[in-house]
Amino acid sequence: MEWETVIGLEIHAQLSTHSKIFSGSSTAYGAAPNTQASLVDLGMPGTLPVLNKKAVEMAIRLGVAIDAEIAPLSVFARKNYFYPDLPKGYQISQYELPIVGNGHMDITLDNGDTKRIGITRAHLEEDAGKSLHEDFQGQTGIDLNRAGTPLLEIVSEPDMRSAKEAVAYMKKLHALVRYLGVCDGNMQEGSFRCDANVSVRRPGEPFGTRAEIKNLNSFRFIEKAINFEVERQIDLIESGQTAVQETRLYDPDADETRSMRGKEDANDYRYFPDPDLLPVAISSEDIEAVRAAMPELPETKRQRFLSEYQLSDYDAETLTNNRETADYFEATTQACGDAKLAANWVMGGLTSLMNRHDIDISAVPVSPEALAGMLKRIQDNTISSSAAKEVLDALWQGEGSADAIIEAKGLKQISDTSAIESTIDEIIANNPAQVEQYRAGKEKVFGFFVGQAMKAFKGKADPAVVNQILKQKLGGA
Amino acid sequence: MSKPDSLTTLSLAQLRDGLQSGQFSSVELTEAWLARVAQFDGELNSFISVLHDDALAQARQADQQRQADSVASPLAGIPYALKDLFCTKGVLTSCGSRMLENFTAPYDAHVASQLKAAGAILLGKNNMDEFAMGSSNENAYYGAVKNPWNPAHVPGGSSGGGSAAVAARLSPMVLGTDTGGSIRQPASFCGITGIKPTYGRVSRYGMIAFASSLDQCGPMAASAEDCALTLNSIAGFDPRDSTSAQAAVPDYTATLNEPLAGLRIGLPRSFFAEGLEQAVASRIDEAVKTVEKLGATVKDIELPNAHLAVPAYYIVAPAEASSNLSRFDGVRFGFRCDNPQDLQDLYERSRWEGFGDEVKRRIVMGTYALSAGYYDAYYRKAQQVRRLIKQDFVAAFQEVDVIMGPAAPTTAFKLGEKSDDPVSMYLADIYTIPTSLAGLPGMSFPIGFDPQGLPVGMQLIGNYFDEARMLNVAHQYQQHTDWHQRVPERFA
Repeated sequence: MEWETVIGLEIHAQLSTHSKIFSGSSTAYGAAPNTQASLVDLGMPGTLPVLNKKAVEMAIRLGVAIDAEIAPLSVFARKNYFYPDLPKGYQISQYELPIVGNGHMDITLDNGDTKRIGITRAHLEEDAGKSLHEDFQGQTGIDLNRAGTPLLEIVSEPDMRSAKEAVAYMKKLHALVRYLGVCDGNMQEGSFRCDANVSVRRPGEPFGTRAEIKNLNSFRFIEKAINFEVERQIDLIESGQTAVQETRLYDPDADETRSMRGKEDANDYRYFPDPDLLPVAISSEDIEAVRAAMPELPETKRQRFLSEYQLSDYDAETLTNNRETADYFEATTQACGDAKLAANWVMGGLTSLMNRHDIDISAVPVSPEALAGMLKRIQDNTISSSAAKEVLDALWQGEGSADAIIEAKGLKQISDTSAIESTIDEIIANNPAQVEQYRAGKEKVFGFFVGQAMKAFKGKADPAVVNQILKQKLGGA
Repeated sequence: MSKPDSLTTLSLAQLRDGLQSGQFSSVELTEAWLARVAQFDGELNSFISVLHDDALAQARQADQQRQADSVASPLAGIPYALKDLFCTKGVLTSCGSRMLENFTAPYDAHVASQLKAAGAILLGKNNMDEFAMGSSNENAYYGAVKNPWNPAHVPGGSSGGGSAAVAARLSPMVLGTDTGGSIRQPASFCGITGIKPTYGRVSRYGMIAFASSLDQCGPMAASAEDCALTLNSIAGFDPRDSTSAQAAVPDYTATLNEPLAGLRIGLPRSFFAEGLEQAVASRIDEAVKTVEKLGATVKDIELPNAHLAVPAYYIVAPAEASSNLSRFDGVRFGFRCDNPQDLQDLYERSRWEGFGDEVKRRIVMGTYALSAGYYDAYYRKAQQVRRLIKQDFVAAFQEVDVIMGPAAPTTAFKLGEKSDDPVSMYLADIYTIPTSLAGLPGMSFPIGFDPQGLPVGMQLIGNYFDEARMLNVAHQYQQHTDWHQRVPERFA
């Protein structure tokens, strides 16, 4: 019998504000413990929160991008629970009236179809601090640098039907928040992480009992965790047991989820409106101002790349995955005038160098103009593709402009036909046996001659010209 | 040169004038008030901390500054005291609780820094009901405060230390806080003048929170004029408190002498019903007549939902308190139990041993009111009642300029009289709580005595941000009476 998987995601995106959501402390990552914790962050008696307007603006930006309702009046609420890294004994969050209401986002499925994923809400809240259990014998260290960091929690509808769809949705949202400049998307540092609600059911039946898998911070883990969890639930039910509502943790080492706490241990958070903060009033003018300042969104950009540059679906999708890559591609295209060539090199040679050096596009040492300088030499046949790879390596190492490198390394392609002809004549003369074989119909031998020619030209001859002349000469003319 | 003893009978305005004319120095003044604290506070217990050396150092500085700078602020060199829930940098800020008996605040509350900047001299920190929860100053880790008019009676609460200190002339002025009546009721019990401004008029930054949507700081002193002088220095917008108001701050002393002709006074009929002590009712009648003679007109008004105020308040205030007091968990500051076995034990025993009974009672009530399944029946309903009460007042202020009535149903009761009956204790604030829920300003000023010789206070309720008018009314009354100048015989 068939099972259907039902998945909803709660994604926490850390907003890229310079200061915290309710205090002036810096949000920079990696500082020494408790050096970025002000009196407010420490929950000192008598201190009060003051809302960071930038966080509100970023939430509106996301809301506009997912075509959501922006609440004219939203309210901060206290979520009460005790934990040592929660200094006030409550987290300031939003409950009944979140800032962003109903929205949606479209994902592309494997078969090329588009599927719309509903977004229930997105609300602002502060992050907690960190408990450090490892470094202290018999004690727990508390680092409150992260306490008060602004988060946007984006809650989807239970619209996804496979781990793949969940990953596609998360990737799309990941690209979006980075496009919008509201989150740096750094999953390793926890800037973008998710909780997955997973259940299974027979198609057409009501939703099954869901388990919530907490704190997934890589696309790979999300897929694996969901797949494990689905199998676990199906096995349970098929063996006559029932899934229980619970919170689970994914252990990537063992590739399994483990129960963290059951429903009966769930906190009663006693949400109520935070009396220290006024409701957040957002006018339609505020929304329009944000909309006017919006960058081009991935979907719009993808469509434009298809029509304006005549790129393939795959190229357009890949190049618009993040804003920096798209910008890099466009700048390169503008400088060299050939979109297809620019696309090939940004996605090919440049990407493999980025992978090799483990850096992302924003840190690439080759400017789009420098890359275009090299592409121009490909366009005018000055260098071959294989020579171009060498040029790119040298550009990366900072050895000067493409032209200077071509000159210094002597990579200029031989395009003088008579020079090529005389060398080929020599090769033919020196290999009469192979000529004989070729002319007898053994066409495989053609490869041998190409190899000999390229060796003689040290890769600098235009392969198309070489091929043409070889064919001509071997043909017995 | 005046003798130190007479310095402690002067009003703030007289102290200001004396300092400005060089009749006496701030050091002399500070010494005189400190001497009275040393002499009398043993029996009253109105101070938790006395900052003898710091105060004198500040006074010396104020004197030097005065010589260097001809234009001093009105409060420069004048001593005062703070309720011990205002954070004061480097000074014990206990909130009257074992939970914070070891807590030295790392910063100054907004009002403390305002008064410091104005050059006022902090004499010390006043006793109070623990976390400002109480109406008698008996819920006090540092011991009960005695009423200067009769030491067998309570001074009221929760700002009972401050009201006793002013009544006994141990400080010319103090800052208290009022959540449901904690300035007005003790002012009434001790025969002094105190004002709770409109919610948002004075920044709450650095005030240890009891119920955030109700807490408000205000001055307590002998007279309305002294309160006006003080309010000038502490009122105004503070970007660190999102709930503080942007409204412009008038000079509260500028309108004190406006005539009362044409003033429309409302008397809420429900405030004069069952439960009001006869002596209190009689004094109120007399005081209203006095104000009428000054040209005011009087009419009855209705506050149809005022009777719901006490139950609504005892949902909202404990609910907020249960959350506000969560930060006292034994982890970062304050009391921590000995030898915690694990995290749960650390939380449970630190809070069990660190908080007193009334605080625990309110945390339990508030936690219950916010619990899943009860929120709608309690907290949400209480907020609805709060809106209705506010609407009642808004309607009343269409017809009248100020509202008058008793500040408390009785005069100061005996120590221990209500300790075992929380509900009867809660009813001591029955007339002040409606104003608090509406966020309106309220004040109390002395209008005479009951047959036992205990003071009676008049509550004056004003419209939003209309403190100037309230102070004007009280000041005019005080120009024609001398109740506010009376000092208990033993402290005279």
